[in-house]
Amino acid sequence: MSELTTVPKAIGGPSNWLDERLGGGNFLKRNMRKIFPDHWSFLLGEIALYSFIILLLTGTFLTFWFQPSMEHVIYNGSYAPLQGVGMSAAYASSLEISFDVRGGLLIRQMHHWAALLFVAGMMAHMLRVFFTGAYRKPREINWIIGILLLTLALAEGLTGYSLPDDLLSGAGLRITEGVAISLPLVGTYITFFLFGGEYPGTDIIARFYSLHILLIPGILLALISAHMVLMWVQKHTQMAGKGRTNQNVVGAPFYPAFMAKAGAYFLFTLGVVAGLATFAQINPIWIYGPYTPADISAGSQPDWYMGFLEGSLRIMPAWEINMFGTAHAGTLPLSVIIPALVPLGIVMTGLALYPFLERWITGDNREHHIAERPRNNPHRTSIGMAGIAFYGVLWLLGANDEISAFFHINLNWTTYAGRVLVFAAPVLAYIITYRICLGLQRSDAEVLSHGVESGVIKRLPHGEFIEVHTPPADDIEAHMRGKQPVPMLPVAEDPSGIPPKGMRGPIGKLRARMSKAYGGEKIPLESGHGHEEDEHAAIGPGEDHTASR
Amino acid sequence: MTDNEHEIEQPDDRVPKRVIGTPPPGTSMLGEAEARDAGVTGGETPGITLQDEQKARRAEKLVALCFLITFLAGIAFLVSYVVFQVGDPDATGTSNLALGSSLTVAVLAMAVGIVVWVRQIMPKYALVQERHEMVSGEDAREVVADTFVEGANESGFVKGKMMRRTLLLAAAPLGLIPLILLRDLDNTKMKATNFNKLLRHTVWGEKTEDGRPLRLVVEGTGQPIRAADFNSPGGILSIVPEGYEHDMNVLAKATLILIKFRPEELKSGVNKNWTHDGIVAYSKICTHVGCPAALYEQTTHHILCPCHQSTFDAADGAKVIFGPAARPLPQLPITVDNEGYLVAAGDFPVPVGPSYWERGDAEAEARAKGGQA
Amino acid sequence: MVRITAWRRHPLARYAVLILALALVGTAYATFVQVSRPADAALASGKADDVARGKSLFQAHCASCHGLNAQGTSTGPTLIGVGAAAVDFQMSTGRMPAADPGAQVPRKPLPSWVDSNSISDIAAYVQSLGGGPTVPSGEQVDPALGDAAKGGELFRANCIQCHNWAGAGGALTRGKYAPNLNESSPTQIYEAMVTGPQAMPVFNDTTITPEEKRNMIAYIVQVREQRDPGGFGLGRIGPVTEGLVAWIVGILALVLAAIWITAKKRQKS
Repeated sequence: MSELTTVPKAIGGPSNWLDERLGGGNFLKRNMRKIFPDHWSFLLGEIALYSFIILLLTGTFLTFWFQPSMEHVIYNGSYAPLQGVGMSAAYASSLEISFDVRGGLLIRQMHHWAALLFVAGMMAHMLRVFFTGAYRKPREINWIIGILLLTLALAEGLTGYSLPDDLLSGAGLRITEGVAISLPLVGTYITFFLFGGEYPGTDIIARFYSLHILLIPGILLALISAHMVLMWVQKHTQMAGKGRTNQNVVGAPFYPAFMAKAGAYFLFTLGVVAGLATFAQINPIWIYGPYTPADISAGSQPDWYMGFLEGSLRIMPAWEINMFGTAHAGTLPLSVIIPALVPLGIVMTGLALYPFLERWITGDNREHHIAERPRNNPHRTSIGMAGIAFYGVLWLLGANDEISAFFHINLNWTTYAGRVLVFAAPVLAYIITYRICLGLQRSDAEVLSHGVESGVIKRLPHGEFIEVHTPPADDIEAHMRGKQPVPMLPVAEDPSGIPPKGMRGPIGKLRARMSKAYGGEKIPLESGHGHEEDEHAAIGPGEDHTASR
Repeated sequence: MTDNEHEIEQPDDRVPKRVIGTPPPGTSMLGEAEARDAGVTGGETPGITLQDEQKARRAEKLVALCFLITFLAGIAFLVSYVVFQVGDPDATGTSNLALGSSLTVAVLAMAVGIVVWVRQIMPKYALVQERHEMVSGEDAREVVADTFVEGANESGFVKGKMMRRTLLLAAAPLGLIPLILLRDLDNTKMKATNFNKLLRHTVWGEKTEDGRPLRLVVEGTGQPIRAADFNSPGGILSIVPEGYEHDMNVLAKATLILIKFRPEELKSGVNKNWTHDGIVAYSKICTHVGCPAALYEQTTHHILCPCHQSTFDAADGAKVIFGPAARPLPQLPITVDNEGYLVAAGDFPVPVGPSYWERGDAEAEARAKGGQA
Repeated sequence: MVRITAWRRHPLARYAVLILALALVGTAYATFVQVSRPADAALASGKADDVARGKSLFQAHCASCHGLNAQGTSTGPTLIGVGAAAVDFQMSTGRMPAADPGAQVPRKPLPSWVDSNSISDIAAYVQSLGGGPTVPSGEQVDPALGDAAKGGELFRANCIQCHNWAGAGGALTRGKYAPNLNESSPTQIYEAMVTGPQAMPVFNDTTITPEEKRNMIAYIVQVREQRDPGGFGLGRIGPVTEGLVAWIVGILALVLAAIWITAKKRQKS
């Protein structure tokens, strides 16, 4: 086949028609060859994006049969062990999708697996962005959008989980109600408005249905679009390396290479979701049975992304306050409110504020387009690991009954252990991570100054054996030299001993102290002369005054 | 930016040949991941590097094979849809396996094909694009600021104080409308301040149409229970109120667990006046967040809630001995009617289920009234 | 310091650390787990008519805990009035004779002297002491004669809070647990309901009729034998294993795919 010399008519004609009406040519001229840097971790967010697309498609399929109604019906479908049993229309129609629609079970399972991967992909992506500092200026807005997306995804998951109205999802709904009603002052109002009266009522499935298929996905779609547009406009961050600077982006063009890669990755995501739906059964609602508030099963669990809330409810001691005694007001069920709101609050607020806190502490007002290696900002990495440990302990404790049953560990001990670990594990994780980061930095510095062990042993004339060290490859060296010291506030006192403006009050002093601890170069790459590519290494503590107040 | 080769190759003049049995240069110190990260443009020529013609032709065959597999698997999906019917778990399982595996193979083969295409046929790109600061230029900002001020003045919004204030005034009720429209989300047709009063009562306080107290019936069979039949110590039953076996709202509050004790096992926490012959009825709804707490151990008399592991001592008034629940499961007064069936002797003295703001210390209130909570 | 650094760089150091960590985890796990030892070797079996043979077997194997006349001791409860069903359940599941007084006596393989004859002998002896529930007939527990859908409703009302919706079992307080029902024969399920072994409560025949019990058995057997139509059942314990699979299989597979897509072959110069 010969190569093309002009645009074929089949494409040129319609394009011309469109361009005359939309003028898209200018946009395409600038963007068809937009450069995207390549790194495997840059694709983690795409897992979430593609899962979302799969969720929209499979979800639409499910709506064709699902009946969001709590009307009492007698089941007479194909699944024998439930024939003649009374249940809600929602549950009966979910059974119909599973057993009476060809491909229905496959699509239902794909929808559920895609939902798990959607949140998992978001979280993995968020951790990548956090640990590489990719949320720094100018990307704080996109970071906040990401936090909103994660929160909405949890809500979307919760509403979807409740729809089939099986015994497991009903337990989740009951806990949701128990948490909502515990809120001070407004608890009963919220519950009655949400459920249309007393729990469970006959409205909640229909209401969750409209939230789940219309409102929340609508907002998700809008925010995801904004997320993508911002990424497009601001251009993706890249890893440090040879020829890469804060002022350029090196990689493959959107058309054709990145486009094909993204398409392939969508297909991979779809393939993994389809494969899981084929070979791993998820949410077998027919085994759970129809919901009734009178029954519960051992091992009732939420989907994984709600596990940390479940865990925090489980390890909480029994605290409840009646502020006004027997008066009909003032009951504060702290053993519900605290675990339901505090961990979620700490994690989400902490994440949302982190870019701004870091900027306040470091006084760093520059734009950053080079992704930092986690080791090169040890305090951030340690804080992140402490957060993971905190989340992880709660998550693990959300499954403590299964852990207890499977490993034959005393159930009560798991709770006691959880109560200690939820405080101890983050501290330990912080300390250990910090040490590891410094160790890795030291090893980088050593590689740069002494080279790499070559594995070659030489015998010197006087009989001594040495191992030959060889300098690292150019690209590796360039990657390592991408390290920059963590910026610090100018804390130096002037000759008369007065600290700079804004550092004088107690908050200012704290800020200065934190800046000193957080920022700076702990392990210099090498002492002495700089390196030609190391243009930023000269920016030491105290040289960036732009943000000081 | 990554490198799938674990070995870091270096120019021959720099690295002596490796000695067998020693780690390859670079790997031990740098680790694989780093080596990949670092793979950047190290051995790569910047710009566009074309693929080797011959290799590309070989790769094209591979890609074509992948796409052919996708085609065949797609056909297999269509055939499976027609051939395999659904119904019982066996048939559905076969259909799911056939449809799912053909879809998986089709999609993955195409994905692999495209990746091979990108990696071995398309050129290797290491193109560079300049970045520009996000901030717009000083002059642009000035123009915008000027335009804004000019427009604000032209519109008369600045001068028209009255207009400005009435516009704000007009916006306030408009903002409230969406909120107020949600008021009828609740279908009880009652004053919102009375919601919490509903939570204080269950149907156990009611009578049947002919004025009898409600009987306790077995959940799942609907049979009333003769006290004389429920005679094995260590026995437990899940109980619902007569006539409300399928009323979800009633079940959410009124479901009971009925436990038979040996008389000597009962401790002071149990109100013995509300028991009958060692039979005690507790609310099944956990006082933490409302799961049915019903894991009963007859040896220890523990009632465990499976959701958050609150543990209650059934022999001692269901007081909390572990976990996040703060209050005992309320005890229901029971007795027998003249036919010997267990009936409720009244409603729970305190609200059942999870705590809420307006609940107050209902236990203390009940005690003050002379009862036992 | 220098020596430590040198040691840390030793090629075997990482393996040493790994093994040390594994050993620590293993030890920690072992201390948490209740150890169960296999039963002592069996003794010879007795002869005579049922009750008499049962009595001599009882005195040889059971009396040390339950007392010479089954009146109970500090280590074992009285067996007067528990009935033949209790003996058949405890012995046919291997729980009795118990090997270890832990929080709960586990199901285990039968010692060699325990077979259907020796069980029925001891059962006859215990039944003779003070009556109690008897071993159900084959017809009473035949799953084919039960109504699974009706049994399912009772099963969900009374059993799954401990044994899980699919009979997979679950945790109870202080080291106790509800065992999974997959290995239990219909007879054993029936006996467990009427006798209430260990922590399990009693469901006597006057409140849950034998017919209703047979319905429950029909449901349990039907569901446990039924194929998982959606693929591997993942233990049928719900979202915990599903979440694990999503991360370990799903995310891992996609990360590997991402690494492959973005990998670059180095060009040799």
